[in-house]
Amino acid sequence: MSVLVNKDSKIIVQGFTGSEGTFHAGQMIDYGTNVVGGVTPGKGGQEHLGKPVFNTVQEAVEKAGADTTIIFVPPAFAADAIMEAADAGIKVIITITEGIPVADMIKAFNYIKGKDCRLIGPNCPGVITPGEAKVGIMPGFVFKAGEVGIVSKSGTLTYEAADQVVRQGLGITTAIGIGGDPIIGTTTKEAVELLMNDDATKCIVMIGEIGGNLEADAARWVKETGNKKPVVGFIAGETAPKGRTMGHAGAIVGGADDTAEAKKAIMKECGIHVVDSPAEIGKKVAEVLS
Amino acid sequence: MNLHEYQGKEILASHGVRIQRGIVANTASEAVAAAKDLTAETGTGWHVIKAQVHAGGRGKGGGVKLAKNLQEVEEIAGQIIGMNLVTPQTSAEGKLVRKVLVAEDVYYPGDSETSEFYMSVLLNRGTGKNMIMYSTEGGMEIEVVAEKTPHLIFTEEIDPSVGLQGFQARRIAFNLGLSGTAFKEMVKFVSALYTAYVKSDSSLFEINPVLKTSDDKILAVDAKVTIDDNALFRHKDIEEMRDVTEENPIEVEAKAVGLNYVDLDGNVGCMVNGAGLAMATMDLIKQAGGEPANFLDVGGTADAKRVEEAFRIILKDENVKAILINIFGGIVRCDRVAQGVVDAYKNMGDAINVPIIVRLQGTNAEVAKELIDNSGLAVHSAVMFQEAADKVKEVLA
Repeated sequence: MSVLVNKDSKIIVQGFTGSEGTFHAGQMIDYGTNVVGGVTPGKGGQEHLGKPVFNTVQEAVEKAGADTTIIFVPPAFAADAIMEAADAGIKVIITITEGIPVADMIKAFNYIKGKDCRLIGPNCPGVITPGEAKVGIMPGFVFKAGEVGIVSKSGTLTYEAADQVVRQGLGITTAIGIGGDPIIGTTTKEAVELLMNDDATKCIVMIGEIGGNLEADAARWVKETGNKKPVVGFIAGETAPKGRTMGHAGAIVGGADDTAEAKKAIMKECGIHVVDSPAEIGKKVAEVLS
Repeated sequence: MNLHEYQGKEILASHGVRIQRGIVANTASEAVAAAKDLTAETGTGWHVIKAQVHAGGRGKGGGVKLAKNLQEVEEIAGQIIGMNLVTPQTSAEGKLVRKVLVAEDVYYPGDSETSEFYMSVLLNRGTGKNMIMYSTEGGMEIEVVAEKTPHLIFTEEIDPSVGLQGFQARRIAFNLGLSGTAFKEMVKFVSALYTAYVKSDSSLFEINPVLKTSDDKILAVDAKVTIDDNALFRHKDIEEMRDVTEENPIEVEAKAVGLNYVDLDGNVGCMVNGAGLAMATMDLIKQAGGEPANFLDVGGTADAKRVEEAFRIILKDENVKAILINIFGGIVRCDRVAQGVVDAYKNMGDAINVPIIVRLQGTNAEVAKELIDNSGLAVHSAVMFQEAADKVKEVLA
């Protein structure tokens, strides 16, 4: 079992023929991901990387049965691409694009609310179910199949965590990069909930960072629902100064509640196994699973 | 991107928000001329001289003063321009003031008492909607109000599909205890303020105080405006307002070469790919007994040129005693980064005079380690994250 994406997902790439889209779609196909085509307005009817190109997402849904999309569209047009996917009935919308204006995301986020779809990202590395589907920009070889679910706001820190888990002789069910923007489609709590309900996942790694209160919300939910599975947590940015954006647009300490210390304290209270050192994520997972 | 008060007010006024009017001046004599012009335009007798720096709490540091005649305008402007203004939001050295805003006096006596309110517009990250946060307690720090009298802070959330509605603006005006002319003025003020926020793609408006004058006008006495950096591509006019003299010079330089760098006070520099891993690396430096000197995300293409640029930026900080390079190679191949480090080292000659610890993990990590180890350079290499931390501890000892 796994969540969000698997070998049967019918995946399209929005921004298919651009340089980013081309490179990563190629990597995804090489990994064995079921890419059924891509969308680039105006290039419909062509073939790219051996897959059909469509003018609209709707056409990709009708002709290729697409149910999942990965978006590499440039920031100025990405919110539009998200709304187009939702309108066409795509169920899982994974948005890699970094740098989308907040005002655009407010529109897209509220537009898709009532629709039967889930947005992952933006500004995220994507989602991977090892051995089945890589719908993202992560290095596939780091992720081996196994029993640990990962939820993270960060790209390379997800790879780091996965690598540490694999070195302990364990593996990953699904790793979900939820993204580092102020507005993201799937919260930490929602991603943790997906993994909590996945039978194959025995332990969850939750990686957060300064800013906002997504990790605290997730921790409280874990406690309220009876700590059904062990959760290992890490929060990056203990040394980040207040009021400065640390790379990710959402990674900024605003008040007393969204510092690394405050988040870790709440997580500990809620029974999360918090590690202070990012080098000890894998070790802690092995410990709680033994 | 942060703006000066006078720039923020310009944006507000262009969308019909009533502001305390003012003219910016770079010297004491310009301030006098500005004061004369302002009196001609507004009829104001007294003038408020306000330091223009990107920091709050300017009044506390002596950066906002009242001048009751032109001689005082000249004296006060002369004092403030060129001073290092220390406020609760600046470093201990303060910020050099390069210009002042000569503003009209809006606290003149009249038929009713003046009152001050607080108002901000910002994103509610929890709901993905903008909200207006406001309080009857204007003129004080909102953090203090939140702590002491949280029931005096109100919020109004805006549905993005329809925008701010009339009933919402009226609710704000009622909650602020207004009636009559002042009530109507506040409704107009709130609507115009929200329009300005949306049209300028701002990520924060903080108007503190919003003033009700003695003749029942509502106006913005101060304006803290932050623009969403991701939206600047569609606001060239606003982008031109950027004042790089207010920013850290090393950060400005890093930005120019496309590096995401934040200057910090510590002694161990770092160069990392990815923002999350960069923050985690900073934390690890601290746990190893050092203090991070910077945040630096080199991004997805860490080739020799970029590594060299990153080295140059980090070494501009004289407090740096060691540099930790932490790359998790995915799409980026570690051996290419390693080659970048070796090349940069050779190109820069003696410029690199602090120990370097390189931790490369992921694609081709072992080849990369060999490359570094065989280069003959004084570089410590590591593969595991913990190993890197131990090496930091070693070189600092």
